[in-house]
Amino acid sequence: MSNITINIDGKEIKTQEGEFILNAARANDIFIPAICYLTRCSPTLACRICLVEADGKQVYACNAKSKDGMNIVTSTENIDKERRAIMEVYDVNHPLQCGVCDQSGECELQNYTLELGVDSQNYAVKDVDRSSHDWGHIHYDPGLCIVCERCSTVCKDMIGDNSLKTIPRGADALDAEFKESMPKDAYAMWNKLNKSVIGLTNGTDVLDCTSCGECAAVCPVGALVDTHFMYKSNAWELNRIPATCGHCSAGCQISYDVKHTSIENPEDKIYRVMNEWNYVSLCGAGRYGFDYQNADVVKDEVAFDKAVQAFKKADTIKFTSTITNEEALILENLKDEFGYKLVNNEAKSFQAFLENYSAISGTSLYGSYLKEMAESNFIVSIGSALKTDNPNARYSFNNSLTVNKGAGLYFHPVSDPIIDAMGKSIMSIKHKPLQEEAALYLILDLFADKEKLPSDITDYLASFHSTKTVTVTETIKEKIVEIVKEMKVNEETGEEEEVEVEKSKMVPKKVSKDVEVDDNRLLSVLNAPKSFTENLDKFLKKKETFSLVVGADLYNHPNSKNCARLVALVEKYSKFKIIMIPTLTNSLGVSLINELSDDEGEFSIGYNTKGDFTLSALGDGDLDMPAINQQEGTLTSINKRVNPTNAALGYGGYELNDIANALGLNVENTIDYTLALPVAKGFKAEKFDDLPDYYTNAGESMRGYELKKMDIKVSDDESVEKLDETLTLSDSLIYLANPVRQFSEFTNKATNLDEVSGIYMSEEFLANSELNEGDSVRVKNENGEVVANIVSDNKIAGDVVIIPSFDSKLNSEALFSGYRFASASIEKV
Amino acid sequence: MNNEAFNNRDVSDSYFLVDIEDYPTEPWDKFKRVIKRTFRIELFVGLWVVIREMFKFDIHTISYPEEKMPIGPRYRAIHEMKRLWESDTERCIGCGLCEKICISNCIKIDTRIDENSRKEVSEYSINLGRCIFCGYCAEVCPELAITHGGRYENASDQREHFLMYEDMLTPLDKMTAGTQVEFEGFGAITPHEDERVKKTPLAY
Repeated sequence: MSNITINIDGKEIKTQEGEFILNAARANDIFIPAICYLTRCSPTLACRICLVEADGKQVYACNAKSKDGMNIVTSTENIDKERRAIMEVYDVNHPLQCGVCDQSGECELQNYTLELGVDSQNYAVKDVDRSSHDWGHIHYDPGLCIVCERCSTVCKDMIGDNSLKTIPRGADALDAEFKESMPKDAYAMWNKLNKSVIGLTNGTDVLDCTSCGECAAVCPVGALVDTHFMYKSNAWELNRIPATCGHCSAGCQISYDVKHTSIENPEDKIYRVMNEWNYVSLCGAGRYGFDYQNADVVKDEVAFDKAVQAFKKADTIKFTSTITNEEALILENLKDEFGYKLVNNEAKSFQAFLENYSAISGTSLYGSYLKEMAESNFIVSIGSALKTDNPNARYSFNNSLTVNKGAGLYFHPVSDPIIDAMGKSIMSIKHKPLQEEAALYLILDLFADKEKLPSDITDYLASFHSTKTVTVTETIKEKIVEIVKEMKVNEETGEEEEVEVEKSKMVPKKVSKDVEVDDNRLLSVLNAPKSFTENLDKFLKKKETFSLVVGADLYNHPNSKNCARLVALVEKYSKFKIIMIPTLTNSLGVSLINELSDDEGEFSIGYNTKGDFTLSALGDGDLDMPAINQQEGTLTSINKRVNPTNAALGYGGYELNDIANALGLNVENTIDYTLALPVAKGFKAEKFDDLPDYYTNAGESMRGYELKKMDIKVSDDESVEKLDETLTLSDSLIYLANPVRQFSEFTNKATNLDEVSGIYMSEEFLANSELNEGDSVRVKNENGEVVANIVSDNKIAGDVVIIPSFDSKLNSEALFSGYRFASASIEKV
Repeated sequence: MNNEAFNNRDVSDSYFLVDIEDYPTEPWDKFKRVIKRTFRIELFVGLWVVIREMFKFDIHTISYPEEKMPIGPRYRAIHEMKRLWESDTERCIGCGLCEKICISNCIKIDTRIDENSRKEVSEYSINLGRCIFCGYCAEVCPELAITHGGRYENASDQREHFLMYEDMLTPLDKMTAGTQVEFEGFGAITPHEDERVKKTPLAY
């Protein structure tokens, strides 16, 4: 990639070699009409409206790459004719139901029809039956569909579900006369359009996907609509509140679209969640899990006085990381003032992991972010149930595979059909739990620069290698000479006679051969498939940029310190860029702001978790607190950005700052703390109201600010512990993770997320056992026991039982002692 | 009608200056003017007209509320919701344009999806206390559903006075009797509309 200059409509533009013309134009505020193109996805060429003339030749701006000195004209007489004809074609048989359509004017068909001045229609084709389909959480109306394929493109290129495709429309062929009379591209586009509509890939009539709703968000017309939003409100009535999603650490940009509840009830209500879908993709929890607010709260002075008394009595504050940076700072200030112990196990383990990582890497934070991961072309994921821990990390992985010709390895003990379905160039390695270190050693062995790596580690890695002799069957082509009898006419006699002719031909032949090959014992420790080396060689062709994403399995690993050091070594001695998935929404922020303790004192305050006195945004505590969608503040994301979020809904009760003020901290608003976030940890001293919150046309995030990576003094000690290959858990494994679309008690509260609480088992596991969906089972081990009903889940595979944490009634954490895997007995009750 | 009188906008000939005295500035002059105005006979001229008409018994006053003036078909009084002639169903499709365009923010509309998967208006209200009867709602309505009617009496004992959907909707018996009246004012179809429409080609 090199910087070049191109010329669009007489304007000199700097861009990158090979950048699509459309993207270059957009980044420089030059308008080229385009309907089917989605930034970050591959061009589909369905609409053909982005026609431009590059160096005198008509090309499509969405898939033509810029070359140095290129001269581009965005509008010529012929192009205008094509565009006008294309828009006329889109309007053919499009129902005139704009008055009731849920797109309500946010419609690109309307926009471009007006933009190109379409005021009469020249084309016609007989319509076919296009009645609407209820696909579950999405409603599809083929009558409104313009088959731009944005939905199926985003599903394939961003999300990775591959749930949508084009299917035959069954319409009559176009009138042959049009081929002559119409502009060429418009005819080609219509010919394709008239043959297809959107359908499901799974062959049923209900979507079975990770339910992200991104297809409905990108739909330029009202063909795909969220079922819950149908005919609820017009877009123009909704007030858009810019916010940051509070469910996981991805910190996605969203807007809560609010309006009064009804004519009787003037209270605001969130009607839907929208996003800048060109630059950010949401998961199902972000899109549909919006009504988790702590509603109908009033100032309960008695409870507040009790809370202040409790704070005076308490010596410990327990909390979860679903809080803003400002609240975390309030807790930290309270700790400094009154000596509380702050207890947050999940953030503590992440904090410790980061510290151990810094001890070798010399930086306070990991180096990479999700966008860089999506743009890299070889990705390794270790220790994370990617699709549920951080759906955006999975999207980035998939985006790399589909758009950047990437490949990747997914190390995890739980097989995941969703990950496997992302493509052929991803290999899942289903290793045993507790062997994550082996995966890290393998990465070091395969990719680290052995010359620079400390010699003891190089030697240790070499000790895994041995040579073994394997018998390989090879197919070689062999030359065989055959004698064939042929009938030939004797020229002299004119009679046919038999002649023997020698003919040689090449015949494939299988040969067994003994070959000495390198045998890496790490591969057998990790249960890597036999074809691992062979596949990896294929995967690594033409790969330049590498990303390693690690997750919570490592932070809670018994040898987490060693894992962290290995991760740092991978970063230091290989091309890999590291990205860590913070466990909960703001685990990164909390681990930077708060000094955390391990043990609790005698009397504890619980914030969103159970304590002797409980503050809760879920509405079940002793004093109510506002939920994230009722608060102003900042959240620190996986991308190391401090993102601002605004209050979408009103809140009538007390908040943490009121308690802090009653105890004598005296700061008027919670957001006054934004300015005071610790600069020494990489935060900036910026006022909340000054934080920007937008994306540039080039797709660069201008939300909040990026944390500064601080340099940390390190000793030269780069030693790591050796691998304990015997370390394992007995069979009958349980794993602490959530189903798709669930993260916490807050997503559980949302009405549109209907996942039921219970013990999640794969269909395969249930088929091989005597258990059935809905049976009540007791899961028991030395740590504790849980009794709940079985839920069958086709988004997981294999025999590991998933114990979700989104329902606090389940008390699933009782079964685990830190590490996310455990063994347990499961019996029917 | 001949429009010449309207088209000639040069009115300079028919203008003349009114002879107005200068405004008095001195207190004494001001006092003189008060006295002069108080004792002029113009007051009695008016009174004489009243007495004269009283005895002539040629009274044009309408005895409201028993008697009411007929009003024009374009008059903009309390809103009405029309039904379709073909099926007697409501014309309103719940598009919400009236709510959007209303400059005094007095229209509110709630919609939902009905059992036939169609958009249905679940509630509709106009706050007549705020309405300024500008006619924008009737003009913007794409279905000629909301119109103005002739009912202009909207006195109320409170400032907020709500008109609900059911009150505005043409009653069914009126529909069966065929007495629903189309509104001719704002938003109504202009004459010769059919001739102006460009027809879309059809492949049937």
